[in-house]
This record gives sequence, C-alpha cells and structure tokens, in this order.
Amino acid sequence: MMAWAITAFDALLVALLLWLAWQAIHADGLFRAVISFMVFGLLMAVAWVRLDAPDVALAEAAIGAGVTGALLLSALGRLPERDKEAPADRRARGLAAVGLAALALGGATALATIAWALPAPGLGREVTEALPKSGVDNPVTAVLLNIRAFDTLLEIGVLLLAVIATWALGPMQWSAPARVMSPALPVLGRLLFPMFVLVSAYVLWRGGHAPGGAFPAGALMGAGGVLVFFAGAKPWITGAELDPWRWLLSLGLVAMLVAAVGVGATGRSFFEYPVDLAGLFILALEVAAALSIAILLFALCLGGRPPHRWGSEDEA
Amino acid sequence: MSLYAVLAAALFFLGLHGLFAARHMLRKILALNVMTAAVFLLLVVLAERADVADSVPHAMVLTGIVISVGVTAVAVILVVHLAHGRGRDRGD
Repeated sequence: MMAWAITAFDALLVALLLWLAWQAIHADGLFRAVISFMVFGLLMAVAWVRLDAPDVALAEAAIGAGVTGALLLSALGRLPERDKEAPADRRARGLAAVGLAALALGGATALATIAWALPAPGLGREVTEALPKSGVDNPVTAVLLNIRAFDTLLEIGVLLLAVIATWALGPMQWSAPARVMSPALPVLGRLLFPMFVLVSAYVLWRGGHAPGGAFPAGALMGAGGVLVFFAGAKPWITGAELDPWRWLLSLGLVAMLVAAVGVGATGRSFFEYPVDLAGLFILALEVAAALSIAILLFALCLGGRPPHRWGSEDEA
Repeated sequence: MSLYAVLAAALFFLGLHGLFAARHMLRKILALNVMTAAVFLLLVVLAERADVADSVPHAMVLTGIVISVGVTAVAVILVVHLAHGRGRDRGD
C-alpha cells in the first residue's frame, strides 16, 4: 500500500547519494567537497538502515561521517592557502562526465546482472546455529568478537599501525585556533563530553543483544573527544609523557591477544572461549576495544605525535 | 533492493573516474572513499538476498569502515606533509 512511497524514498536517496558523491569529487573548492562527503556519509547511514544493517548504520554515522569528517576538516585547516586549488577545468569535466556516464551505465548493468545471477547462499544459517553458544544475542557482535574475532584483532592492529605511521611522520602540526573563539565553545564541549561517554556506554552494553557494540561506542567516544578538543578544551594527557598513550593505544590489541592466547593455555584453540564464559569474555574485550578505539581515533585526528604542552603555538 | 545494487556500481565507477580525473590529492582520497562505500554497499545488498539473514557481510563491512578511516587518516596526513614540502630530500 505504501510501497510506492518507499520506492520513491529509495530513488530520492540514491539520487542524492550519487549527486553528493559527484560533488565530493568535483565541486569547486575543497571545503565544499569535504562537506559534501560528510553529508554523503550521513545519508549512507540512512541507506544502511534501509538495507536492514543497523549495526553498519551506527558505525557509518559515527565513523564514516563523524570521525572522517573531523579528520578531513582538520587536514583542510592545515593545508597552505595556495594549495586550496583553483576550480577544476570545465571542459575536461564535461567530456569526463559523458565518458563516466557511459562507463557507469555499462558497468552498473553488468554488475547488477552478475550479482543477481549469482546464487546467494550466505552464512546466515551457520551463524544462527552457533549463536546460542557465542555468549551474545546480536549476530553481528557474535561474528565480530567470537566467531571471527581474529578479523577484529587484525582490524585493531591496522588502526594501531595507522597511528604509528602518523606518529612516525613527526609531531602534530598545530593548526592555529579559530580567530573568533567563543568562550561558550569549550564550556559546551566539556558539558557535552559526559553525554558522549554515557551514550557510548549505552551503545556498548546494547551491543550484546541489539545493534551496537564496541565499534560504534568507541567511535562515539573518540568523536566526542575530538569535538571537545577542537572546541578548545585541553586533554589531561600530553605528549610530554608518551607511556600513557602507548598503553591506552595498545590496550585493545593487547587484551584481544591475551584472550586469544590465554584460552590456549587451557588446551583450546585460538579465540575458542569457554562456552559458559563467552559472554563475559566478549564484554571484557568490548570494553577494552571500545576504549582503545576511542583513543586510536582521537590520535588519528590529531595527525601526529601529541605536543608537549597543549594550546601553545610554539611547537616546532 | 536492486536500486541499491545499481547505486553501488555507479558509485564505484564515479569514484574510479574521480581517482584519475581529480587533480588535488585530497579529492583523490575522497574518490577512494566513495569507491569503498560502493564495495560495502554491494556486500550488504548481496547479504540481503540470502534466504537467512546473513550477518557475516555486515561484520565485514563494520571492520572495513574502521580500516578505511585508518587508511584515510594516514593518507590525509601524508597529503598535509606533502603540501608543506616536508619529507623532501634534505640534501637539496
């Protein structure tokens, strides 16, 4: 009955996403491009909801739109003025658009046909069978932290490697604080941060039985930290001592490794939790992973080793 | 949901084209991210076609989103360093 409205909504969403993706790549001015990309991420979250993937929607909204946006904007602030580029060449764009349309049309039909012709077996049945033994009720959390916990271990490893790579490039380039810095901004940031922590804890706890879990929770907390930081608040932890950073950054990876190898001491295989304790294992790992992911994302947004003292512009 | 499959394909080619056509490195990174989104979309669309709801692709996409933000962060910081001319050969 309301099918036509749903279809119209889908069509609108698809058209908007295509337009925003085009804007993100070809809009005049890098600032517009970055903002378009952030809106693209937000609308992708809506698309995930339409595709019955609420876990992905949560992560996309917090990470894809939130953290990536902060990352791109702070990078934009650090680029020299002359580098903010002249508008793209119109004629080349017109020609490219025609070529692109042809390519996309051909590619789209080919891909869509192939995708539809393929059988769609999936692993849904296997996951449903293993779910009662996994310790949680949410299948996505079960896959992430029990059945395919190895993937998650590697993923946190990749994030840690990314932070190490950015630190290797030298200390963070301090971008000058905004000229018109409202005194209300740091206060608002500080007032909001407990809300971020509260919502993160809720999302984390919910992950056991409903969409949520360590990644959206960690991303939310990290995004909150970034927000407070760019609003002018100064974290208690500086770059003068790097040991607390190192411990916090590697907490998730270390916890997962300990769990994976620790169960081996009792004669089990890698990541094979005892069935009756699986829920506890997953909760502990989720807390460690969420904290670690929050600080990893925060460190990524800083874009380099933290300075010895916050708020000073005399960084080398 | 075939509409979203077509969207995935179109986004992929849009990003691929952008990767080559865009001049600025930051735009190339955005194009790369559009391509990633397209691949994620295809995974989830295909997961929806299965008879029993399949959560493995959802978990894969979640992992992928986190990894792509890590890759983006490193790429963006490299672009900033490039723009300032840091990391050039110190001999010149």
